[in-house]
Amino acid sequence: MKRAVAVFALLALFPLVMQSMDGLFYVSLASRILIYAIAATSLNLVLGYGGMVSFGHAAFFGAGAFVVGILSVEGVRSAWIAWPAAIAVAALAALVIGAMSLRTRGVYFIMITLAFAQMIYYIFVSLKTYGGDDGLSMPGRSTVGMDVNLRDELTWYYLVLALLALVLYGLKRLVHSRFGRVIDAIRENEARAEAIGFPVYRYKLLCFVISGAVAGLAGALIANQSNYVSPSLLHWIQSGTLMIMVILGGVGTLWGGLIGATVLLALEHLIADYRIGWVASLAPNYQDHAGLAIGIVLLTIVMLAPEGIAGLFRRRHA
Amino acid sequence: MSTILFLEQTLNGVQFGLMLFLLAAGLTLVFGIMDMINLAHGSLYMVGAYFMASFVQATGSFWLGLPLALGATALVGAALEMTLLRRLYGRDHLTQVLATFAIILIANEAVRIAWGSQPIMLNAPPSLTGPVTLPGGLHYASYRLLIIGVGAAVALALYFLVAKTRVGMLVRAGASNREMAIAMGVNIRRLFTIVFALGAALCALAGAMLGPILAVQVGMGENILILAFVVIVIGGIGSIRGALVGSLLVGIVDTSGRAFLPLVFSAFLPPQLASAAGPAIASVLIYLLMAVVLYFRPQGLFPARG
Amino acid sequence: MLELRGVCKRFGGVVATDDVTLDVVRGEVHALIGPNGAGKTTLIGQISGVLATEMGRIVFNGADVTRLTAHARVRAGLARSYQITSIFRRFSVLDNLALAVQARSGSSFSLWRPLRAERALFDQAAAIAAEIGLAEKLTQLAATLAHGEQRALEVGLALATRPQMVLLDEPMAGMGPQESARMIALIEKVRAQVSVLLVEHDMDAVFRLADRISVLVNGRLIATGAPQAIRADAAVRKAYLGEELAA
Repeated sequence: MKRAVAVFALLALFPLVMQSMDGLFYVSLASRILIYAIAATSLNLVLGYGGMVSFGHAAFFGAGAFVVGILSVEGVRSAWIAWPAAIAVAALAALVIGAMSLRTRGVYFIMITLAFAQMIYYIFVSLKTYGGDDGLSMPGRSTVGMDVNLRDELTWYYLVLALLALVLYGLKRLVHSRFGRVIDAIRENEARAEAIGFPVYRYKLLCFVISGAVAGLAGALIANQSNYVSPSLLHWIQSGTLMIMVILGGVGTLWGGLIGATVLLALEHLIADYRIGWVASLAPNYQDHAGLAIGIVLLTIVMLAPEGIAGLFRRRHA
Repeated sequence: MSTILFLEQTLNGVQFGLMLFLLAAGLTLVFGIMDMINLAHGSLYMVGAYFMASFVQATGSFWLGLPLALGATALVGAALEMTLLRRLYGRDHLTQVLATFAIILIANEAVRIAWGSQPIMLNAPPSLTGPVTLPGGLHYASYRLLIIGVGAAVALALYFLVAKTRVGMLVRAGASNREMAIAMGVNIRRLFTIVFALGAALCALAGAMLGPILAVQVGMGENILILAFVVIVIGGIGSIRGALVGSLLVGIVDTSGRAFLPLVFSAFLPPQLASAAGPAIASVLIYLLMAVVLYFRPQGLFPARG
Repeated sequence: MLELRGVCKRFGGVVATDDVTLDVVRGEVHALIGPNGAGKTTLIGQISGVLATEMGRIVFNGADVTRLTAHARVRAGLARSYQITSIFRRFSVLDNLALAVQARSGSSFSLWRPLRAERALFDQAAAIAAEIGLAEKLTQLAATLAHGEQRALEVGLALATRPQMVLLDEPMAGMGPQESARMIALIEKVRAQVSVLLVEHDMDAVFRLADRISVLVNGRLIATGAPQAIRADAAVRKAYLGEELAA
């Protein structure tokens, strides 16, 4: 608990510091990181705690974004309506995809989640009135009323920070609840969990839906972040990116999503925006190829982790 | 809706399906025998297309470029298997997913570094740029007929290889029961490398042949990989026959759906709705197909393992 | 308590369970013996609901459970322990047993309240741990237990669901004489509240515990009866027991 307070205190002070240094751009970048932290945390629930290798998480993330985008373009700009709608649609998508996919196992499960998520990508991309391939521009951020202006970067940052805190707290309670224990047991030994009387399929499905719903929230936020909804948010490469964040940050850990999102996005930003002299002299265009560095880092981590990714499962039981 | 149009679309579907089969066949063997989920398969397809473009340009000949591209990609595949992928066998699926995903990222950037970010030109051989008149009056692109021919020939060759030769028997044994194959003293390491290199060559063939029709660009592998996954889920992991049936099914359903569904919709829906719903549903047709197949046969149509 | 009527199952060309008709009476310890590969575990799998039965009926406590899912059968009071230890290795002994207790006490779709606060759950788990002789090892990780202790936990998990009947699949597998004696004592202790279908190779235990014995050979039931009758049965001797066990 003390660690959480410290972390959030630092995060709360960050924008004030930046503001004094005329670094408002960094506040915006930080908001982006925090939003991805929420998305990665939602994936960590189903992947890290639940042990379900779902490769289709981008579908829920992007669906949430598109719901907000579409509603915004159609004139519904209130966050009180649009954001719950985004969460509901994402949860529904997770329910449908989960219901079909969770009847399968192993390699099949991974491929099926991937395929169904890609299906959702194609559905949204084919909506030509809402941007199609080019994506959807929104007139502006959602409105919350009460004289709160979300266009102000600082206000926006604090809202996102508050939501992240809520999500992390909720996850913590979930993990330590009866439900969390069952999910953990299912990950440990699914057959035995069934054999002592738990209807495993239902638990996995609920976990999947909760995870999808939170991803939908993150999607609603990312749409607001840049007032633009790109179809690439739904692409399975985006699912992979979220997985990378979870791995970098720590699979099955509470802070994994936040750590992973911070590391990955900060790394991307550093490579792209800060020219390192000696690297540039070897490879003048290196900044265009941030993906290479990320790929190599990821590959190294995955190959060298002693027990594979399972070795990164740091959860303890008292 | 004329029969000629119908025939043309069906042929297009078969053509696409056969190329999809080349990818799916290699992929399903890797899944079935090595129990490894390999996302980088699409990258081999991309590398094959790029090699083809370069070799054709270097030699000035489509027919010289083709074997060179296949060989080069097979080498890349074998090298990849021996250095990296070998270490992933037996690891948990998440590890395999992340490692091969990393390879996709690296491959995409490597290709971008070597060939640039712009799509590159790959042309059909000059002797095959004209149409051919088929019985029934259909003018069909001769190059597409070549693709169908090559695809069918490879499918036949693969069937012969897997069903009638000793190597094929080992492959089938490995697909249905890996532990048994190992226990029987099969040199698994070499078998795996060969299977993987063969898969890579098939990918390259698909990439090289489809290059003139689709664009040769970074990221081309990701789009077709998804389709290959759908094919394997429908056909059943580890089954070549399933891969063929699945590919043809997906190829025909996808192509025909995109061509005809908007027409069908505009027949009885208001034009606004038809123009939106038609393409939308057409693009997800194959996923619906997959969902339906899964409902009745969760293991696919022809699962190799009992 | 439990009735099997004409239960059949094949795996491809192999008939694993061949028209088995069997009864377990309430309160009895009914042993199921037979050579390796006879299909005992397959039969247990069908009774517990993990394997689908192709033909025949399974009736438990008067209700037809043939099509019921595994978890529903457990809820109905039919629990099972595994031949190959299948426990929650990452969890402590206490947490293992608490999980089983949790399964039968209220809904686990509770997302907010901390599990740790449910003292009653853990107290019951500790009590069961004492019954199976693991009172000293509550906080030890299941993976680090000795083999015999893991087998005890294996059985404990089944018992923790407070079943009316338990299927014990070779509970004494791989145990030394001392550990076996403890397991026998445990089964003696619980037989008053729980009917038992016991699959075992350890003939000492079988003849000590069983009220009745059924013999399964090649998926087919060749004899059922009191221990002495089975011991003397010629067909059973030939197929399984051998002459050395002549009383």
